[in-house]
Amino acid sequence: MVPPSSLRSRHPEGAPHRPGDPSGAGTSSIALQLTPPVQYVLRIADTCLIHAQRLAEWCGHGPVLEEDIALTNMALDLLGQARSLLSHAGRLEGQGHDEDQLAFLRDERDFFNLTLVEQPMRRSSAHAPGGDFADTVLRNFLLAAWLKTLWTRLAASSDDDLAAIAGKAVKEARYHQQHAGDWVLRLGDGTEESAARLRAALDRAWPYTHEMFRRDAVDAAAEAAGLGPGRDVLREAWLAEVAAVLAAAKLARPADTPFLSTGTLGRHSEHMGFILAEMQSLQRQYPGGRW
Amino acid sequence: MAEPHFLESAAAALASRIEAAWAALDAVPDPEVPAVSVRDLGIVRDVLEHGDGIEVVLTPTYSGCPATEVIAASVRQALVDAGLGPVKVTHRLAPAWTTDWISAEGLARLLAYGIAPPSGTAAVAPGAPAAIRIRPPGVACPRCGSAQTERLSAFGSTACKALHRCLACREPFEYFKPI
Repeated sequence: MVPPSSLRSRHPEGAPHRPGDPSGAGTSSIALQLTPPVQYVLRIADTCLIHAQRLAEWCGHGPVLEEDIALTNMALDLLGQARSLLSHAGRLEGQGHDEDQLAFLRDERDFFNLTLVEQPMRRSSAHAPGGDFADTVLRNFLLAAWLKTLWTRLAASSDDDLAAIAGKAVKEARYHQQHAGDWVLRLGDGTEESAARLRAALDRAWPYTHEMFRRDAVDAAAEAAGLGPGRDVLREAWLAEVAAVLAAAKLARPADTPFLSTGTLGRHSEHMGFILAEMQSLQRQYPGGRW
Repeated sequence: MAEPHFLESAAAALASRIEAAWAALDAVPDPEVPAVSVRDLGIVRDVLEHGDGIEVVLTPTYSGCPATEVIAASVRQALVDAGLGPVKVTHRLAPAWTTDWISAEGLARLLAYGIAPPSGTAAVAPGAPAAIRIRPPGVACPRCGSAQTERLSAFGSTACKALHRCLACREPFEYFKPI
């Protein structure tokens, strides 16, 4: 099988690697040299990347054209943020891994995104997993508020590159939060049907928010080094913003639950493998392929 | 007196090379909003001279802006065409680009092109809670000037614009979002 002509190998031999070719060194996963700062940055990078990947599933399927454009625009911002962060994680790791290798050649256990972002978002058929548009609206809102709170603090990082990335991203997150907040209001304080669906989406998403604020040794190390805040620090500001919008949308805040998801530790839900299979398949089959 | 004279002319040549580079940048359009140049847009942070070469420092607009690479390539090409090569283009992220950096000429050109320029300044007090609102404040129509407009979509054809509609002349138009 010959790769399409638009895909050229970056490998010096010039001969494109064939799918399944055991000599294709580029096909195998990279070995990550994981340190607390690298994991700290990858948690944010992967949360942006996988959230972008899920939002992009709406491309061409938005409930209205304007929202189709909005969801994919937000995916584009998040992808840009992920690219900057992955490049930076590669620099911190010091093994010469670039953004593409980190996105396409890591195994599931080496991804450290919040479990919330990997949950199915758009229902592709009546029998497929995934919620409805209310899940998209709500997840977008919870995450935009979380990321904005995080970017705001990261802008004061002792790491100049991370501070610069955050200083730019916070402006984008602000727009995302406004847009998603408008939708939470519209659906929550809308019809009986829209309110019921948003309430159901809120009940589904809320248990996953526990992980957004669960402090661990990686957070402690980042805080000690001045790299960025521990996740627990974000909770108060996040909750203030989220509670205000939920109240305006006439939605009650669900009770907190003991359930704790573990994506930030590299232990993912059953959906993660499917996302990676789709996201990574081209690079795994045609190593080094590019447009 | 030969030596000082030589130094003076060298300094003049240096200034004119950098001036020539800035002038060349005036003619490089933004690929997605061709009415304005990259210089008008305020994304050129610096032009530096290194020996025979010129370095242009750019600040990207949005993290995911797909035009970033095209802009770097067209800047390089324009300076090489002006005989100023070799040219190196570098990126500087901080401070983050803001629409406050669009020049007065740039704002006027946007308006003439039919894109409503960003209203007010982008500076939002850090930490200020996001406003809860369905309807954004009115943006004047770039065609008829009416303030009776409404937003159709918070996101437009590119990351930097939103889509609005004038209720007076009924024409849709794009609005360059303050950021």
